[in-house]
Amino acid sequence: MMGSTLAAAGGQTWDSAFAKSLIPTMLEGLWTTIQITLAGMAIALVVGLVVAIIRRSKIPVISQLFGFYVQFVRGTPLLIQAYFAYILLPDYGLTLSPLVTGIIVLGINYSAYTAEVYRAGVEDVPVGQWEAATALSLPIQRTWGRIVLPQALRSVTPVLGNYLIQMFKDSAVLFAISVYELMGHVDTIGSDTYRYLEPVTIAAALYLIVSLISSQFVRLLERRLVLSR
Amino acid sequence: MISFRGVSKSWGDNHVLRSLDFEVAPGEKVCIIGPSGSGKTTILRILMTLETPDEGLVVVNGGTLWDVKKGGHAKETKEMKATRRNVGMVFQSFNLFPHMTALENVMEAPVKVLKLDKQEAHQRAVELLGMVGLSDHLNHKPGRLSGGQQQRVAIARAMAMRPTVMLFDEPTSALDPELIGEVLEVIRELATGTDMTMLMVTHEMRFAEEISDRVVMFDKGVVVEKGPPAQIFKSPEHERTRKFLRAVLDY
Repeated sequence: MMGSTLAAAGGQTWDSAFAKSLIPTMLEGLWTTIQITLAGMAIALVVGLVVAIIRRSKIPVISQLFGFYVQFVRGTPLLIQAYFAYILLPDYGLTLSPLVTGIIVLGINYSAYTAEVYRAGVEDVPVGQWEAATALSLPIQRTWGRIVLPQALRSVTPVLGNYLIQMFKDSAVLFAISVYELMGHVDTIGSDTYRYLEPVTIAAALYLIVSLISSQFVRLLERRLVLSR
Repeated sequence: MISFRGVSKSWGDNHVLRSLDFEVAPGEKVCIIGPSGSGKTTILRILMTLETPDEGLVVVNGGTLWDVKKGGHAKETKEMKATRRNVGMVFQSFNLFPHMTALENVMEAPVKVLKLDKQEAHQRAVELLGMVGLSDHLNHKPGRLSGGQQQRVAIARAMAMRPTVMLFDEPTSALDPELIGEVLEVIRELATGTDMTMLMVTHEMRFAEEISDRVVMFDKGVVVEKGPPAQIFKSPEHERTRKFLRAVLDY
């Protein structure tokens, strides 16, 4: 039924043989999308953590600066950030491939969100834990690494998992800076063949399948974390 | 030896310490009593560097913990950090690390701060947990222990740093009544069996009377009176002390 609606709107009817022929290319695009997501998330997890720790450490000026960083990144659209990096960075002598640029932009964009997630997790750790660490003269790195973060991360892991899924879908934006991920392939196929119905539908199905499976994993993880508490 | 000279602390209009002068001799066991919100706990928290005084000098074993001039800012110095290592603290709410076993809780600081090797730290932790009667719970996480057991782990954890000064901040206030005895028993053993300086804020008056060399009655930011437990509990000089004792002893 959905097919016929689309057909009416776009003047196209579903061509199964054509759709089938697209699948290998589309799976390739999916694989790129997954790689971008994992690499981007790795950046977001590390940078976000650093930002959260610096903000919490209340270092004059620097902590505020990173607070501004979070506001700035969250307050501007991912697409604009991607364009900005893609078009402007080469002017400053930083010529990176679209793929690498895309991964960095995605990672930086999400680091602002993960930083806030970490912050919430750290705030959830009772102040008594910090005080016990002080009373034992534990060095600050050790207090973070062994006392506070293990407790904070446990409570925020499912939230970070959901951000991973969101990033997987958001990475579609990167086709705008000619990254050949899943959406990029849709665009290319479309402009080569003038057929959008099949590639768009397949892409949507692939995004959906991966998202659904991943959110099941996140739910499972969440339950296990709660149980082992 | 602990010494407070002119130590003040306030939150807005609430003056919890008013130019406090206070001394504790080496090895002395001192209990601080008084109404809630009277600043008793703040004395301990300043000694543990969990709170910064607005003004005053605090010295422990000859090392300066705090030296704040009027209108100045309290700073964390190297000397403060070195001096702090002499001090251990047992909290009202235990504050054990929930993701670590009893043994790991006790071993953490000796390994990372005192740089003992793991084997030695392990052996000492086992001894300390045995001393507080928890040999059967070495590998249990706090979530599996009763409040009384958790507090005993916390005492072992603080002892593992070999403090010369031990602070107890209402160590039994968060416990169910039937668990108070086992914790007091451990503290009693430390009071009679070690030469640690002990400073305890408590509402357990009979216990305070029994174990302390000296009792300090504290109210509204100042020491109301101090003296041997027999004197404070049997013949207090001040009306405020009498009133307080009547309220807590004869409910």
